[in-house]
Amino acid sequence: MDEIVKEFLVENYENLDRLDRDLVSLEKDPHSKDTLGSIFRTIHTLKGTSGFLGFGKLEAVAHVGENLLSKMRDGIFIINPEITSALLATVDAVRFMLSQIEASGDPGDRDYSSLIERLTFLNEGKTLPVEAAPVVQASAPEPLPITHAPETCSLPPTVAAQAEPVADAPEPVDLPPAAPSIAAAVPVPAVSTSAPVSGIPVPQTAPVVPDAATATETTEPRGSGVSDSTIRVDVGLLDKLMNLVGELVLARNQVLQFNGQYTDTAFLATSQRLNLITTELQGSVMKTRMQPIGNVWNKLPRVVRDLATACGKEVRIEMAGKETELDKTIIEAIKDPLTHIVRNSVDHGIEGAEVRVERGKSAEGCLLMRAYHEGGQVNIEISDDGGGIDSERVKQKAMQRGLITSEQAARMSDHEALHLIFLPGFSTAEKITNVSGRGVGMDVVKTNIEKIGGTVDLQSQPGVGTTLKIKIPLTLAIIPALVVTSGGDRFAIPQVSLLELVRLEAEQARKQIEFIHGAPVYRLRGQLLPLVYLNRELKLDDGRTTAVVDDAVNIVVVQADGHPFGLVVDEINDTEEIVVKPLGKQLKGVTSFAGATIMGDGRVALILDVLGIAQRANVVTEERNRTLSEASTHGRKATDSRQTLLLFDVGQGGRMAMPLSMVARLEEFSQSSVEHSGAQEVVRYRGQILPLIRVANYVNGGGHTVPEPDGPMQVVVYSEQGRSVGLVVSRISDIVQETITVKRHAQSNGIFGSVVIQDRVTDLIDVKAVIRSADPSFYPEKPAVPAAA
Amino acid sequence: MTDCKQFATFFLNGLFLGVEVLKVQEVIRYQEMTRVPIAPAMIRGLINLRGQIVTAIDLRRRLELPPRPEGQLPMNVVVRTDDGAVSLLVDEIGDVLEIPDDTYERTPETLTGVARELVRGVYKLKERLLLILDTERAVSLPAAFNRTAAKGN
Repeated sequence: MDEIVKEFLVENYENLDRLDRDLVSLEKDPHSKDTLGSIFRTIHTLKGTSGFLGFGKLEAVAHVGENLLSKMRDGIFIINPEITSALLATVDAVRFMLSQIEASGDPGDRDYSSLIERLTFLNEGKTLPVEAAPVVQASAPEPLPITHAPETCSLPPTVAAQAEPVADAPEPVDLPPAAPSIAAAVPVPAVSTSAPVSGIPVPQTAPVVPDAATATETTEPRGSGVSDSTIRVDVGLLDKLMNLVGELVLARNQVLQFNGQYTDTAFLATSQRLNLITTELQGSVMKTRMQPIGNVWNKLPRVVRDLATACGKEVRIEMAGKETELDKTIIEAIKDPLTHIVRNSVDHGIEGAEVRVERGKSAEGCLLMRAYHEGGQVNIEISDDGGGIDSERVKQKAMQRGLITSEQAARMSDHEALHLIFLPGFSTAEKITNVSGRGVGMDVVKTNIEKIGGTVDLQSQPGVGTTLKIKIPLTLAIIPALVVTSGGDRFAIPQVSLLELVRLEAEQARKQIEFIHGAPVYRLRGQLLPLVYLNRELKLDDGRTTAVVDDAVNIVVVQADGHPFGLVVDEINDTEEIVVKPLGKQLKGVTSFAGATIMGDGRVALILDVLGIAQRANVVTEERNRTLSEASTHGRKATDSRQTLLLFDVGQGGRMAMPLSMVARLEEFSQSSVEHSGAQEVVRYRGQILPLIRVANYVNGGGHTVPEPDGPMQVVVYSEQGRSVGLVVSRISDIVQETITVKRHAQSNGIFGSVVIQDRVTDLIDVKAVIRSADPSFYPEKPAVPAAA
Repeated sequence: MTDCKQFATFFLNGLFLGVEVLKVQEVIRYQEMTRVPIAPAMIRGLINLRGQIVTAIDLRRRLELPPRPEGQLPMNVVVRTDDGAVSLLVDEIGDVLEIPDDTYERTPETLTGVARELVRGVYKLKERLLLILDTERAVSLPAAFNRTAAKGN
């Protein structure tokens, strides 16, 4: 294909996306001259270029659209829903023609006279009949049966083209009169999707020129007047760059291995430099592939608008965190799931205007999308203030469909019940609409998200609303991992699945590993942790059962699908950054491995797929967990009110606690490594200078110096915004999970109050206050606000 | 003068096999392999080939031939496939031969079983038969295995 045509296509696909957004935005703000101007210019340019390239049909359609817009620009018409719909239909028609040009070189021979007629009608100021003229089909013609009961939301096919390759038979858009009748269908759990999503392989890259020559803008929001500080880069080239950096990381790892052997200072210095540069390069290249999630979200306003109109509801969409960046591959993977979830919310979650008003809500429903980085992952939340999901109804339907038994239903918590909607074959929609309800949607959403290593969580309050939380790792290519050895082979466990490490000495192991229904478990702080012996699971010892041996037992506590379990391995080695390489197709069926990597010494190690292992070992079934919860003497409490705390001793016998979430690391330093920077005690730590704060000096009145205990110093490292501080304590005691009820509120600086933990009075340390009194400059210009514990 | 094709040849349990030379990325001696637990038996392990991780397939296993005698180390014939490079473990490497097309024949009836599926055709050479291997099929799992694996897992 001609270079010019390629460019034409790429540019105009982008333009069309912007048109969608602009049109929806104009509808909300009809007097915005800027938006109108932008829309006009886009169509005008499109018309011109298509004429120049000889695409007559395209030119004709664009021309009529331009006429209408011109009149609007002159103030003769003000935009209204009819005009908007017609213009959106024009955008779809153009998009379709562009795809035809991409495929075969010309806009195709579909007949657009009805669309042109419609636009001309509007141009002449006539209003269209309520039965709108058949709209343009936007994708492969495979008519789906659409139920016509007034309760259904028949979705105008135009939206379909936008979000998914849904094909709909051209039908008169039947705007249901019945907001109440839809609402009468009792708030239904957010469910499934239109069938096409399940079956048809999604040509996600439909708006993209083939050959993976997807042009990506490396940074910056689009819109008119974007500066020339951005450049278009071929995604294939970026992939190649990523690979090369991956190779460099491996080579760097190998070079660092030699650091131990050679003491030549020149070599050490050079390899250090190589290390620094590689790390920076890796970071920068990863950034090039990062795109703001707004790119995906930008399509949603239109989806919501069209769907809401079709359903006769009023819904607005709000987005927070548009600039949150994700790797491009992840964005591709979550596009469809996100769209699906949004459609569910509008279709099933949010009630019709009348019902909402009856319930004391505003007539317009609100869909809130939030995205933010946290803990090395990207969190995406989709909340609606609709009718919520009734867990009872979900259980009923699940039983009806034979997915669970009535006993299971009885024992299920509400939270678990909600998650039933993710089971394949589940749908509680009363009527199957062509939007959702075919029982194939939510499980596909969950699978797609899990495929990229993410998790999905659902929370809902009947009558109030529903929130879906998605967590995805930041990158797939280079990840931190824990290396373990078992059965003579080395394996890598991605850190994102890692919870903690437990080592049991032989004696403890014998006593503390219990057997429930024949399965080994370990009681970790009251919670029963199912154990999986890696050697046995992977048949590394040729089937020899690894019963508790005389040696110490190493348990790697990991979590799969939200369920923690312990992986017993022979040895725990080190944490490393590894480059993830995919396994060949011959190994795709082995679910226990997620990929392979090359270690520093050049040998290959397999990366464990924690979820795969858990499933193989049957550790994550609801059954198993329920059995465990019955056996556990503590029972299933709501875990929300329990906090994980680090207990430590300060000064003479003073016991204190702080939330474990505030602890970055626990370290030990010898007294001799303490140096002084001015009056501040510091220590060299991981290439940085770590200021030390002796907690005993700052709490409970402070000021009294404590006799130094002999031996190494115990330090709790606390980090915030890239800066770290070491809190020196006398002794690190334990980690517990407790529900906190403060017995006595703070009488002095540095503590929030006291609680009783393990029969001892324990002070809750106010970390930020302690830091501030020791080093006021740590928090520049921040008002003294008590930190949230 | 008839047309000729070039083949990289190798020996496997007395069989003389060949692959189009253009399909062969390289031929290297025995490499240390990392085994893959609970994988199909024909997969001997993974090799680090200049930074690329390459799956090594034991051709004897794949062709359901008896296992290699103790102490004999296989050689690697790294072939290009749709999915990337894959290494075939063979007994010994032969020469690259240029073979005239007119000696090509269909696989003889005497060749049965798995070998029949994996051999595309034969060339009748002066002293022996050269069996041409279908590399795509050779690196794919036998269909039967997939079924039983699905049940087992």
